[in-house]
Amino acid sequence: MLRSQSPRVVAGRAVLVAGMLMLAVAPWVFGLGTISVLTEFLTMLVLALMWNLLAGYADVVTVGQHAFVGIGAYAFYGFAALAQIRPPAAILLAGLVALALALPAMAIVFRLRAMYLAIGTWVVAELFMLVAGKLSAFGGGSGVSLPLPVLRALGARPAERFIVVYWLALVLAATAFFSTWLLLRSRVGIGLMAMRDNEEGAGAVGVDLVRARMLCFLWTAPFLGLAGAIATLQKLRISPAASFSIIDYTVFVIFNVVIGGVGSLEGPVLGTILFFVLREYLSDFGTWHLMLLGALSIAVILIEPRGLWGLIRRRLARDLVPVSHHGSRL
Amino acid sequence: MAAAIADQAIQGVLLGGLYCMFALGLSLTVGVLRFVNIAHGDLIVLLSFLTLAVCTGLGIHPLLSLVLVVPLSCALFYALQRLLLQRVTGQNPLLVLLITFGIAIIIQNGLLQGFGADTRKLPGGALETATWQVAPGLYVGILPLLTLLTAIVMVWLLDLLLYRSRLGARIRAASDDVAAANLIGLPTPRIFAAAMAVVGATAAVAACFMGLQMNFDPASGPSRLLIAFEAVVLGGLGSLWGTLAGGIVLGVAQSIGGEFDAAWQAIAGHAAFLLIFLLRPQGFFPKY
Amino acid sequence: MEPLLSVHGLSVSYGRFQALHEISLAVGRGEVVAIIGANGAGKSSLLNAIMGQAGRVSGAIRFAGRDIAALPTPAIVAAGIALVPEGRRLFPSLTVEENLAIGWDLGRRGGLRVAEIYAMFPVLLARRHQRAGQLSGGEQQMAALGRALLADPRLLLCDELSLGLAPRIVDRIYALMPEIRRRGITVVLVEQDISRSLAVCDRFYCLLEGRVVLSGRPAETDRDSIMQHYFGA
Ligand SMILES: Nc1ncnc2c1ncn2[C@@H]1O[C@H](COP(=O)(O)OP(=O)(O)OP(=O)(O)O)[C@@H](O)[C@H]1O
Ligand SMILES: [Mg+2]
Repeated sequence: MLRSQSPRVVAGRAVLVAGMLMLAVAPWVFGLGTISVLTEFLTMLVLALMWNLLAGYADVVTVGQHAFVGIGAYAFYGFAALAQIRPPAAILLAGLVALALALPAMAIVFRLRAMYLAIGTWVVAELFMLVAGKLSAFGGGSGVSLPLPVLRALGARPAERFIVVYWLALVLAATAFFSTWLLLRSRVGIGLMAMRDNEEGAGAVGVDLVRARMLCFLWTAPFLGLAGAIATLQKLRISPAASFSIIDYTVFVIFNVVIGGVGSLEGPVLGTILFFVLREYLSDFGTWHLMLLGALSIAVILIEPRGLWGLIRRRLARDLVPVSHHGSRL
Repeated sequence: MAAAIADQAIQGVLLGGLYCMFALGLSLTVGVLRFVNIAHGDLIVLLSFLTLAVCTGLGIHPLLSLVLVVPLSCALFYALQRLLLQRVTGQNPLLVLLITFGIAIIIQNGLLQGFGADTRKLPGGALETATWQVAPGLYVGILPLLTLLTAIVMVWLLDLLLYRSRLGARIRAASDDVAAANLIGLPTPRIFAAAMAVVGATAAVAACFMGLQMNFDPASGPSRLLIAFEAVVLGGLGSLWGTLAGGIVLGVAQSIGGEFDAAWQAIAGHAAFLLIFLLRPQGFFPKY
Repeated sequence: MEPLLSVHGLSVSYGRFQALHEISLAVGRGEVVAIIGANGAGKSSLLNAIMGQAGRVSGAIRFAGRDIAALPTPAIVAAGIALVPEGRRLFPSLTVEENLAIGWDLGRRGGLRVAEIYAMFPVLLARRHQRAGQLSGGEQQMAALGRALLADPRLLLCDELSLGLAPRIVDRIYALMPEIRRRGITVVLVEQDISRSLAVCDRFYCLLEGRVVLSGRPAETDRDSIMQHYFGA
């Protein structure tokens, strides 16, 4: 394999780094409207990275990812509004609660094989949502707004709060991206990829694949919970329908990753960017927007199951974000 | 008190007949075609809207409209398998799952676009309110009873089709070992499509009875899918009579939960499913 | 007269790997032709390609005067070719009788009847309602052979009938060869067991790494020469 860097890869990595720099200086460059969209983008990116880790590497397709986003939102409300714990600590605790509830959820759904597991996660998510609607302290079926003191703790004026929430989302997204990257480069990640690519070495790598898949499932839960807490800070209220929204937190996410490219780190980033670009132009079309995404994702699966990134990747010498030690594979 | 519980249990068993209908097609898909169709519930809802259009358009009773809707549905499912799903069968099964996921979202939003978000019901006429007094104080709706009986007949017919007919043997052969079936000359794509057409027939009947008994709207699909899935898993993957049993268990659990309110009805169903699944993951009548 | 089956310049590849390199052979009406070769020589690839079920295929395959290279497998079976696949490949959840019925169903619907298969293999009659998955290897092989015969083939392709079976059982199965011949069925036998197939065949082809390295009549070919070509020494 060529060891020299091809110009296309260098250019691609330059774009990636430029994007990260842009995010790091965004509060000084953009207005609040853009910052708010970027916050949403970063939250969606976290969800996409997590779904991709499961579907693209661990062979676990979940349709119930919104469960942990909703749990994060409700737990955050519980800690920040009911227990009156300071918001930063409440956010972290929300992530922990998501992790804790992922354990029983995992115990149930991992008894189901591949495809059935997908619907199993959905049943679990549905149950969590229904139960959330029965918690009267959390506003029951109609939900409740975040009380003002919680917001004040983040900043005196709304403008300041927007920036603070943006930073939180950026830190979360960056952590999710780099830690997942490290996970994929670890022995666990290598074992999973060997399994996924049906390589003969899968067993020889010496990774217990069942444990590795469980680890990935548990890995995603706190990140989803944290994303739920941050989404709540943006939406300023919790409710069963909105906090556990399957459309926002699972359907869009699956489409983004499938269209962008499952099983790479670049794919979810690309797909999420594309999603926000499309949304700018298509949000007026409502139902057509979803139908288009659905049709697009079916087309992608039929043409190139590795998504847009799979198409681009054919013209590059290697990944922009190398996850496997054996470099170019496809 | 005992009488009230008995009443709820009977209503639950009858409701189970409807759930069994939702689930039969999925049971066949899972057991024979070996994939989970996420769009199963949405296809049923789509067929309910189609039935509504047919019976208001022609001014006929929904049950009569089945004469038209069943063949249409068979053709739809056949084409779906032959033109779309067949392209990814034999590859990673998760690709089929994701394609049906895309179909589900397209159907939901297409219906929303075409029919709006209003809830609908099929006009059942006198059948909707007719009751039968089983014992003093214990009434049973004729429609739910008809639903349960139809469900039982459907299970029986499907069982015959699968285990006593030439097509059934071919379907089971292709499902056992596709590569071997191809090698000895079975036309497996057509066989799978035919199996899917059978699923379409059950979905059309389910759509009709669902529309007669409950409200539906473009967003009703997912909850139907979850119930169908639960009934299939509870019954044991691939077992048709098991699916009937699974549907009845869910119906009874929901009916008892429904004593409180609609949310508890749903919670009771899911909770019963998870509990029984933990105790007996292989289902009541495991086949595989 | 044109041979019943003629293969010309046939190549088969799976991805980047080429399993057969432009091989040519011919099988005359009524002949029993053996294809011998070591593990991975490409014997199954050849039979599967004739059935229209190998990876990427190029070259010509003519059967009874027709080009069948582009036909779908069901049409090839209907034209009169039946395969006993390597490893039996019965449908395990179907009963013996259902497995046999599928053969009848796919074929030309003449020739042998299910009752005649039971007469050939009385053990199958006793087990007709059992699932094929519960049969012993030998019984499965008999059922697989029965399934292929019921399709009323003019050309029967047998892929390693003896695979994993006790010699006594293999004898019983091979004892049917004269009967199959008598019915005018042409046979292509793939075997790793050289002596067994050379004993029953009229002619043989020896494959090595996807190429025909030797062909001839057993009686006219010296044994050492066959062994040398078989192992590529
Ligand atoms: N589906 C496939 N995909 C990839 N390679 C294959 C496939 N089928 C066969 N091969 C390869 O092609 C070569 C020839 O295989 P084939 O099965 O035709 O050999 P064979 O002579 O029948 O061997 P055996 O005696 O073991 O049955 C082998 O190297 C095998 O690994
Ligand atoms: Mg072989």
